[in-house]
Amino acid sequence: MNGGKQYIDLYRESREIIMQHSASLMNAVRDEAFGCFERIGFPSRKVERYKYTDVEKAFAPDYGLNLTRIDIPVNPQDVFKCDVPNLSTQLFFMENDAFYKGNQRSVLSEDGVIITSLKKAADKYSDIVGKYYSKLADVTSDSITALNTAFAQDGLFVYVPRNVQLKRPVQIVNILRSGVDMMVNRRVLIVLEEGADATFLFCDHAMDNVHFLTTQVIEVFVADNAHADIYELEETHTKCKRFSNLYIKTGGYCTVSHNNITLFNGLTRNTTDVILDGEYSELTLNGCVVADKKQYVDNNTLIDHRKPNCTSNELYKYVVDESAVGAFAGRILVQKDAQHTVSQETNANLCVTKEARVYTQPMLEIYADDVKCAHGSTIGLLDESALFYMQQRGISAEEARMLLKFAFVGQVIEQVKLEPLRDRLQRLVEKRFRGELNKCIGCAICK
Amino acid sequence: MLEVRNLHACINGKEILKGVDLTIKDGEIHALMGTNGAGKSTLSNVIVGHPSYEVTAGSITFNGQNLLEMKPEERAHAGIFLSFQQPVEIPGVSMVNFMRAAVNARHKALGEEQMKSTDFLKLMREKRKFVEIDNKLINRSVNEGFSGGEKKRNEIFQMAMLEPKFCILDETDSGLDVDALRIVAEGFNKLRTKETSAMVITHYQRLLDYIRPDVVHVLLDGRIVKTGGAELAQEIENRGFDWIKEEVTE
Ligand SMILES: Nc1ncnc2c1ncn2[C@@H]1O[C@H](COP(=O)(O)OP(=O)(O)OP(=O)(O)O)[C@@H](O)[C@H]1O
Ligand SMILES: [Mg+2]
Repeated sequence: MNGGKQYIDLYRESREIIMQHSASLMNAVRDEAFGCFERIGFPSRKVERYKYTDVEKAFAPDYGLNLTRIDIPVNPQDVFKCDVPNLSTQLFFMENDAFYKGNQRSVLSEDGVIITSLKKAADKYSDIVGKYYSKLADVTSDSITALNTAFAQDGLFVYVPRNVQLKRPVQIVNILRSGVDMMVNRRVLIVLEEGADATFLFCDHAMDNVHFLTTQVIEVFVADNAHADIYELEETHTKCKRFSNLYIKTGGYCTVSHNNITLFNGLTRNTTDVILDGEYSELTLNGCVVADKKQYVDNNTLIDHRKPNCTSNELYKYVVDESAVGAFAGRILVQKDAQHTVSQETNANLCVTKEARVYTQPMLEIYADDVKCAHGSTIGLLDESALFYMQQRGISAEEARMLLKFAFVGQVIEQVKLEPLRDRLQRLVEKRFRGELNKCIGCAICK
Repeated sequence: MLEVRNLHACINGKEILKGVDLTIKDGEIHALMGTNGAGKSTLSNVIVGHPSYEVTAGSITFNGQNLLEMKPEERAHAGIFLSFQQPVEIPGVSMVNFMRAAVNARHKALGEEQMKSTDFLKLMREKRKFVEIDNKLINRSVNEGFSGGEKKRNEIFQMAMLEPKFCILDETDSGLDVDALRIVAEGFNKLRTKETSAMVITHYQRLLDYIRPDVVHVLLDGRIVKTGGAELAQEIENRGFDWIKEEVTE
């Protein structure tokens, strides 16, 4: 048992209040999850998947929790003026862990699409939510998931029925707001039925200059023939700690992509677990990290090939500057039945200073014999000869460095399928490298 | 324009330039010849401020400015351009963004207004014609996957974009086919104004048939050991360097 005592005490003291302000479907798994957390505690550095991140330390400070769900009297639309050029999204705000009440049509009844508060959905659509909630996120093996499941009271629910294609991307702006140091436990459940097609863009922002600790568990179910593109963009500030566990399970003939971009943060740990549980599905896992100061980003991924004939492509790129630390561990598991798996995993890192640190660990674990898998990782410095070449053309050393860093992560940004989003991201990343994005100045992607 | 005095320079503690003296006046073309490893590229690199080289003695002045105190980019803004013997590939940086950054930096340094995007693209189109460089190349990353000859052509294209006062062509002819050599050399001649000076490093007469040198220098073992007119290049083409080496030892 590693630390976590304050969370155990808190749960015991507040169990009733937590449950009172949540939904019965969510409450149903709470005690079991708490039991798991009590048993496993926070992972020590000896736990393989958490060997780079000191979880206990991150959770040690005292944070407030809004267990009685007091409304935050702010209209996010006043703070955010969203006009991503040409990217007309369906925009929804999440305030901390809650689905903002002022959100536009939360149920798009025309074609049966549901986008709403998870707590509400758990009561109103209990048949669907009950079928999926906490079925993928395993509370027995991960303390963050256990802790989140024990404490989460609300979040987001998205349901896309059979053969429905969402024409516009769903943009979820997660806003952290608080006057005091705050812990937020957010829960997201996304269900795509057969042949459904949707694009999601999650933007994480922190509006107040206090310490935030966020745990988030996202479960995504992608049925046969469905198509999902998921973008996550963190642009918070140095006092924010984010622990986000994403679980995706696909059927057959699916195309799924996930692109996780950390542009500005304090400490971030993203866990991404994907199970390819049907044949002929295609998965793309991309990530891009820009870190400097004392920022810390740890991405840990697992791709579980369970069925034959699936393809997975993974590319994570980091630019780590000043005294920042980046960690990447990606495990590809090809099970005995998963013949004809094609998998490529790459992690490339640019260490700009001597103080910057990068840990990288790509892993292949193959139990099938007829597969094509490759993995590789690199850690490099800025190309001095390219820098000089640019300087000879009159480009300042600083600008030349920016161009090289930008080029390095550009490879990931280029794979963003939505052109307006890609352009927007390009500009954001450039701004980031120019130091014009020093803290969350509101949703730069929305402003 | 350029005055090099008693220049000594080292790389990794090894002295390569052992007292170079060279004066290039406005509008003059100087050819620099010499055996492999004599120090020709080293001299070019020292003039443009490559950080790997250490200048241990001597001076370089450019239009009255002390070059050795200037950063590489400041030297570029002053009007010095090096066509590299081995141009660098920069994957992920598009030619357009690269040139835009270079042109903007120059405008800024000269206190001029930034170019409008449309004007810039028009300039790119115009200059492309001088060296007949393919638009496809311009749309790629800087030199990435370019053939040897395409890289050289791209160097002259960049020169055309930046309109330098003093150009160093370090074996720009090597790797170019016969037609490309003519196009690039003629392009260079068209770009020249009366004031433009150049130092042309080459092993062959054929480039100098197009770009007529006013002065020819021979650099051997870190020193300029012989200086003459255009006919010296022809003589080297015919007889090699041994006779010059003998003259030096005598
Ligand atoms: N990093 C280095 N460390 C040690 N010696 C070096 C280094 N770089 C260059 N040299 C040496 O400096 C000498 C001069 O090289 P330079 O490139 O200036 O010759 P060059 O006259 O341009 O030859 P070429 O005609 O072949 O281009 C060579 O002997 C070379 O090996
Ligand atoms: Mg050379």
